[in-house]
Amino acid sequence: MTTRRRARIPFQKRATRMITAPTVDVTPTTEPSRPPAPSRSRPRARIRRGGGAALVFALPAIIVFAYFSWGPIIRGSVMAFQKTNFAVSEWVGWVNITYVLSDPLLPTAIGNTFLFVVLGMLIGFPVPLFLAVFMAELRRGRRWFNLLSYLPVVVPPVVAIMLWKTFYAPSAGGAFNTVLGWFGIPSIGWLDSTTWAMPAMVLEATWAGAGATVIIYIAAMTSVRVELYEAAELDGAGILRKICHVTLPQLRGLLLVMILLQLIGTIQVFAEPFLFTGGGPGNSTMTVLLMVYNYAFVSQDFGAAAALSVLLALFLGLLSAVYVWVTKKWSTD
Amino acid sequence: MASMTESHPARTAAAARPAPRRRMRAEDAPERAILSATDRRRPGVRVVLFGVQALILVGLLIAGAGPILWLAKSAVSTTQDILTQPFGLWPSGIQLGNLVEAWNRSAIGRYMFNTVIIAAGQAVVTLFVCTTCAYCLSVLRPKWGPWLQGAILATLFIPGIVVLVPLYLTVLNLPGTGGTLIDNYLAIWLPGAANAFMILVIKRFFDALPRDLFEAARLDGAGAWRTFFSIVLPLSRPIMGVVALLTVMGSWKDFLWPMLVLPTRTLQPVSVALFLNLKNTELAIQLAALFLALLVPVILFVIFQKQFLRGVSASAGVKG
Repeated sequence: MTTRRRARIPFQKRATRMITAPTVDVTPTTEPSRPPAPSRSRPRARIRRGGGAALVFALPAIIVFAYFSWGPIIRGSVMAFQKTNFAVSEWVGWVNITYVLSDPLLPTAIGNTFLFVVLGMLIGFPVPLFLAVFMAELRRGRRWFNLLSYLPVVVPPVVAIMLWKTFYAPSAGGAFNTVLGWFGIPSIGWLDSTTWAMPAMVLEATWAGAGATVIIYIAAMTSVRVELYEAAELDGAGILRKICHVTLPQLRGLLLVMILLQLIGTIQVFAEPFLFTGGGPGNSTMTVLLMVYNYAFVSQDFGAAAALSVLLALFLGLLSAVYVWVTKKWSTD
Repeated sequence: MASMTESHPARTAAAARPAPRRRMRAEDAPERAILSATDRRRPGVRVVLFGVQALILVGLLIAGAGPILWLAKSAVSTTQDILTQPFGLWPSGIQLGNLVEAWNRSAIGRYMFNTVIIAAGQAVVTLFVCTTCAYCLSVLRPKWGPWLQGAILATLFIPGIVVLVPLYLTVLNLPGTGGTLIDNYLAIWLPGAANAFMILVIKRFFDALPRDLFEAARLDGAGAWRTFFSIVLPLSRPIMGVVALLTVMGSWKDFLWPMLVLPTRTLQPVSVALFLNLKNTELAIQLAALFLALLVPVILFVIFQKQFLRGVSASAGVKG
């Protein structure tokens, strides 16, 4: 990308310089106060530099972001150190932070979230990659494979989770227990069992999310340059070596980004525990985000909710930074 | 990844339309990927490839279509059948009455209408905010443009969780106005329109539009507004379609935020209503309601499959 952009700019400079120079002379009335000033503003095919129109066009976004994105981000960071009672807020220093950190539920929630993330990675990373490698080789019917793999992604989470809840019915007549019965495996309590509730959610979450990852991987795989494979073949590489030494290295950047996004996404798991179990049985599916929700909307302690949110955000930021640093180190080796 | 971002949907005015189509066709039938023609002629490779692909197809049929087909089947079964014979094909006959009852008793129709309003409004508001902003950043390029872009992009790196509680309080009591947006669809549309990702996607598209066109328009006396409405918008119909689709689908799937800001039952979208109202309903009616709620997004997806998948691939370009 960088090479393309670098190659394009000189041409444009030339083109715009040819066009812009006379227009300033011809139509001086439209911009009377503006000198040509080619030395200061490099002409890169702008319509007009700055000016009122640009501000008007940017205004909707500026207002919306100020009110509903930048504002709340700042407010959230401030609220972590305040006691908020809807109308009045007072500074309480580190009280919220220490309160949240000493909550006996927090270690459980962190452990459960960690379990969800690890299980989610174990299933959610290799499966889409495997599917994509083979689907990229399809000569015919790719459309149908794509359609089928992406179908679960369009199912609204509420519908998906209520449906899977029926599948996970703990009785012997539940859909999954019936299937287990075919293989002579005794019924599992699924969502009612403290050991199986979390894996059950990971399974549903992977089902709901894997399709999008598959589509992204396939798009990346089909854009790997054919010459690379041909060169590898000339060097006598077999199929497996082509995958290991051409495909995966070419996808490396994307894979690393997808892993990070998946990490960040699964750490913020909320819909599954909230809709499946509400954190039960026995807090075995209580996650960090569910705690934030409960602080804010069950016990109305917005300060504690903000404090835990900020702590989680800081953790995610730290995680991303370490991740980028470590993976960069690998690539330079 | 560089090559992915390179395949911009539009590069010149003439190619603005056919370009994506050509790319889709290339994706449908690539010349080759990992396997060469020689590889494919080897019988061992053939057997393994065919076997695994057939296995994947069966797996996808079971995992992708299976649950939805099961839901369709169960939506017209009796509760008794669902509980005792989950894989039986209507041992007690087909109960079309379930769908009627779900439609009438749980007022799914009303909630679906709300969802349509919310999703359509979200698409309109998002397109308005994001195209104008992207136009400013990509074409008008004011001096402060990079600052604005940086501030917008920075929100991509802030996890959504930080915003949830303060955003709720903001909507509850709008700072500076004293008003509230609770029980107002604007509470969904406006925060939803603050979408850095969509601005980035649209800006990338605008960046690829040929600058000569804008110059030509300027020579013909078109101002910033005229250029936007007569040149940029008509040329960017493909990307606007993708953004609208992704927005509608995201809005249809959203659940937590609408539940928080729309406490009045009659205003809620279908996802929220399903969760709040259906807990005590008979299982068969529940599943019938779920099925009805699922129909629209699935049909939408099957019709616009290509645009969807292109949108998903394009999002990968942004991520990478």
